[in-house]
Amino acid sequence: MSLTKDQVQHIATLARLQVADAELVELVDKLSKIVDFVDQLQAVPTDNVTPMAHPLHMVQRLRPDEVTERNDRDHYQQNALELRDGHYLVPKVIE
Amino acid sequence: MSGQWEVVIGLEIHAQLATHSKIFSGASTQYGAEANTQACLVDLGYPGVLPVLNFEAVRMAATFGLAIGATVAPRSVFARKNYFYPDLPKGYQISQFELPIVIGGTLLIKDDDGNDKVVNVTRAHLEEDAGKSTHEGFDQYSGIDLNRAGTPLLEIVSEPELSSAKEAVAYMRKMHTLVRYLGISDGNMQEGSFRCDANVSVRPRGQQELGTRTELKNLNSFRFIEKAINIEVERQIELIEDGGKVIQETRLYDSDKDETRSMRSKEEANDYRYFPDPDLLPVEITEEFIDAVRQKLPELPDAKQARFITQFELKAADAEILTASRALADYYEATVAAFDADPRLNANWVLGDLSAALNRDGLDIVQSKVSAESLAGMLLRIKDNTISGKIGKDVFEAMWAGEGSADTVIDAKGLKQITDTSAIESIVDEVIAANPEQAADFRAGKDKLIGFFVGQVMQKSRGKANPGQVNQILKQKLSQD
Repeated sequence: MSLTKDQVQHIATLARLQVADAELVELVDKLSKIVDFVDQLQAVPTDNVTPMAHPLHMVQRLRPDEVTERNDRDHYQQNALELRDGHYLVPKVIE
Repeated sequence: MSGQWEVVIGLEIHAQLATHSKIFSGASTQYGAEANTQACLVDLGYPGVLPVLNFEAVRMAATFGLAIGATVAPRSVFARKNYFYPDLPKGYQISQFELPIVIGGTLLIKDDDGNDKVVNVTRAHLEEDAGKSTHEGFDQYSGIDLNRAGTPLLEIVSEPELSSAKEAVAYMRKMHTLVRYLGISDGNMQEGSFRCDANVSVRPRGQQELGTRTELKNLNSFRFIEKAINIEVERQIELIEDGGKVIQETRLYDSDKDETRSMRSKEEANDYRYFPDPDLLPVEITEEFIDAVRQKLPELPDAKQARFITQFELKAADAEILTASRALADYYEATVAAFDADPRLNANWVLGDLSAALNRDGLDIVQSKVSAESLAGMLLRIKDNTISGKIGKDVFEAMWAGEGSADTVIDAKGLKQITDTSAIESIVDEVIAANPEQAADFRAGKDKLIGFFVGQVMQKSRGKANPGQVNQILKQKLSQD
């Protein structure tokens, strides 16, 4: 088992997923299998290989600094649950 | 600070780059628009959209790198910084992690004793800003405005080499001056265009190992930075001296209570799981591009200050103030270009009456009601004795009030200085005749009475008599009789 219960719980918390204790055992088992499977890659010697940032051998294209978007707020906000004064409303988040 | 403790501070400055459009979308970055009117599909994190990098953001980052003598990376990579917050619609912020665009570099500041100190910059990277959450005025909700989401930021990370709150402020101020000189950020701190986080720790003097640090978030004024760091240093020292331990955590400075307090909720999220953003290809910067950026670098603050001291024979303190902003330095140089007989006179007026008038009316130098050329026109009239420096103040105020050029004002108000010797002589004669007692006292040795006579003559001439001539003629006449 490559992963611990605590690790899986931590990942779940970071991903905002609620995992019941009963499910956790099974998840640890399944996730560990996936990690172990991928872990086989560690056997490949990569000492002189530059880490790959992207699979395409291409360079980022840059766009000129121009404002090309117009205000389309009403359209974009049609699927919002709650709105007020142009703001999206969410449950109160405060420190 | 008590002598046995050493303070170690590193700063992370966030400078909003002065682009017209966002770093990855064509939405406007203009400040102050109605909520969510400048948030397009890319900024809103809709599925299926792709970020396209803004050329200007890259150019500005490279400009900054060259200005601090850093390496501008030939290849840099964008990464996703993952965390959940309602003003971050994608669930990740596009930033740079392992391969930032600017590596190294230095900034010269003055330490607490006034000596030069070189501060090393670790790195500077490009990233997008998040939106803005408002917790008041929306009842049980928070209101989210995503206009700011996607605004380009340059995060400038210093080495932990600053040893006091004052040094931290000196560093921040110097950076602030620099980004404005380079024209890459407006540096407006009220609008949040320039803000910083401070990593603060203390250790017993002489200890090599760093103490545990805390991170003070979102300091957006020079005054708050200094106060927040000092308060936090005090807290840490007291804690350790009482046998406690500093916990590595994020703390928020509360300016009302003048204290820092823990932001526990941020702790768990401090695991950002960075990975290269598959939506963005590596950014490659060529030698030619860097050369072109280098060609366009303006004269930097330190170099300009040194030149002002040698070329215009200014005092170091004056040169420092004049070069604190590029616009002020340009204004000063424009006055000298129009009238260069006495550059120190120009400096005195720019730093004196002009700055006072700007302050009084709450204007910036670029909004000055008297142009550099107009001011030079007046300085010429002081230098050629058409008016005295004192009358110059009245002329300046009239020019400021829009009454025309110096010559127009001098003519219209009849302020031309009296330099005709015979005219001054007749006033002097009148004054002496009207004050025989004082004249006698003066001759009996009360030298100080010269001031009284000068005052009388100036009053009679309505300030227009040339003071040097008045002095000379008075002395001559008073000793004659």
